[in-house]
Amino acid sequence: MKQRAIVMSEVDNVATALENLEANSRAEVRKGAELKVYTLKEDIPFGHKFATMIIRKGTKIIKYGQVMGAATQDIQEGAHAHVHNIESLRGRGDKQ
Amino acid sequence: MKLMGYRRSNGTVGVRNHVLILSSIVCANHVADHISRQVAGTVSVTHQHGCAHVGSDLEQVFRTIVGFAAHPNVYGTVVVGLGCEEVAAEKVAEAAREAGQENVEVVIIQQEGGTLKAIAKGSQIAREMVGKASQVTREEISFEDIIFSTECGGSDACSGISANPALGYCSDKIVDDGGTVILAETTELIGAEHLLADRSVDDKVRQRVFQVINRMEQSILDMGVDLRGAQPSPGNIEGGITTIEEKSLGCVHKGGHRPLQEVIDYAYKPTKKGLVWMDTPGHDIEQLVGMVAGGSQIVAFTTGRGTPTGSPIAPVIKVATNTIMYEKMNDNMDLNAGTIVTGDETIEEVGERLYKEVCEVISGKLTKAEILGHHEFGINRIGPTC
Repeated sequence: MKQRAIVMSEVDNVATALENLEANSRAEVRKGAELKVYTLKEDIPFGHKFATMIIRKGTKIIKYGQVMGAATQDIQEGAHAHVHNIESLRGRGDKQ
Repeated sequence: MKLMGYRRSNGTVGVRNHVLILSSIVCANHVADHISRQVAGTVSVTHQHGCAHVGSDLEQVFRTIVGFAAHPNVYGTVVVGLGCEEVAAEKVAEAAREAGQENVEVVIIQQEGGTLKAIAKGSQIAREMVGKASQVTREEISFEDIIFSTECGGSDACSGISANPALGYCSDKIVDDGGTVILAETTELIGAEHLLADRSVDDKVRQRVFQVINRMEQSILDMGVDLRGAQPSPGNIEGGITTIEEKSLGCVHKGGHRPLQEVIDYAYKPTKKGLVWMDTPGHDIEQLVGMVAGGSQIVAFTTGRGTPTGSPIAPVIKVATNTIMYEKMNDNMDLNAGTIVTGDETIEEVGERLYKEVCEVISGKLTKAEILGHHEFGINRIGPTC
């Protein structure tokens, strides 16, 4: 089966869609030696991310094995993870 | 692969042999453009600066303009001035000569007696220069003579998966060949600075990494705004990039994996071989101009959303991060790294293709931005216009 999404590092909690993924469809993702299958909660456009586990509000989002922001609400496994539920932790003059 | 370039008398090496018509002040733009239109084989650079600058901003604008006038890709420069400006044409010419530019002439509109006379004089000088430039031939050079610039613009979520890692592979090869590689875009390294700090050659460079990032981030904090108003850009967000950290973590790949030798300021020439970081904004054109003004002869530019931009004097190789955009904007794209996303090629395979393309472009192959005449130019300002 062709990989329709990619995880950049084993410790990541999000995957990136390599094509447009439809809600309720399944995406196989290689995570280290394991091959995991996720059922998508909603449409994930090409290049966008979905959660590969339940991510609780306030938890760090990990991609490339590094911190790329934090969840502003609980994100369910297979749900779209983007600006509506993730915030940046850097350059936040609005929070000063 | 054998590399061919133009050896200059000051020891630098050009990969192009341009005759540059360079405006030193916004008021001379029209004359500079007309001279260039009059004489085939020239290229003009115009901008909105040259007067009413102070302090370090004046120095930066001056340094950038001189960096172009004395650039190794430029056989000769006609500097066009008005006559009463701060960035005076004679001063630019003098500094370019000091930097080793042998062929530099000046046309001053007020001295010549107006637009038409200045165009006539500049065109005469340019015609002679183009004739002489055409007699210079390429000789064998090596990567030790090359300052290679990396850039990404109009990024999407594939940038960090395909084109940037492939460019990083190519950057490593160029460093291993004895070349210099510039990584830039300070804003787009916020959130990835710890990775560069860990690769710094000494503690001084390591401290500079944090200093440069902190200064950039502090300027955003001082304005009381969320950086997300501009970074990531609306196009980045549409492409799937969520935060500046995510964008930076994808961006940092393009510099490869070699030790960071030094951190230099905007439009300064690297003093070390290997990987160097130039402190520039994320703005594509200001960054590109800063790196070229610092003596870089060739640029590789990755893009996911698609951007056509080029430089008046340096070849810019466009690398598409995804196949959809590569096909849609094929007029502007030199290379497709989208094959990594589809699993048809590995990062190493695309990196090798890019390295080969860089070698060919150094030796004279034209990039699409050059063929289409993309001559974008913009200087990063750091002070008020007075």
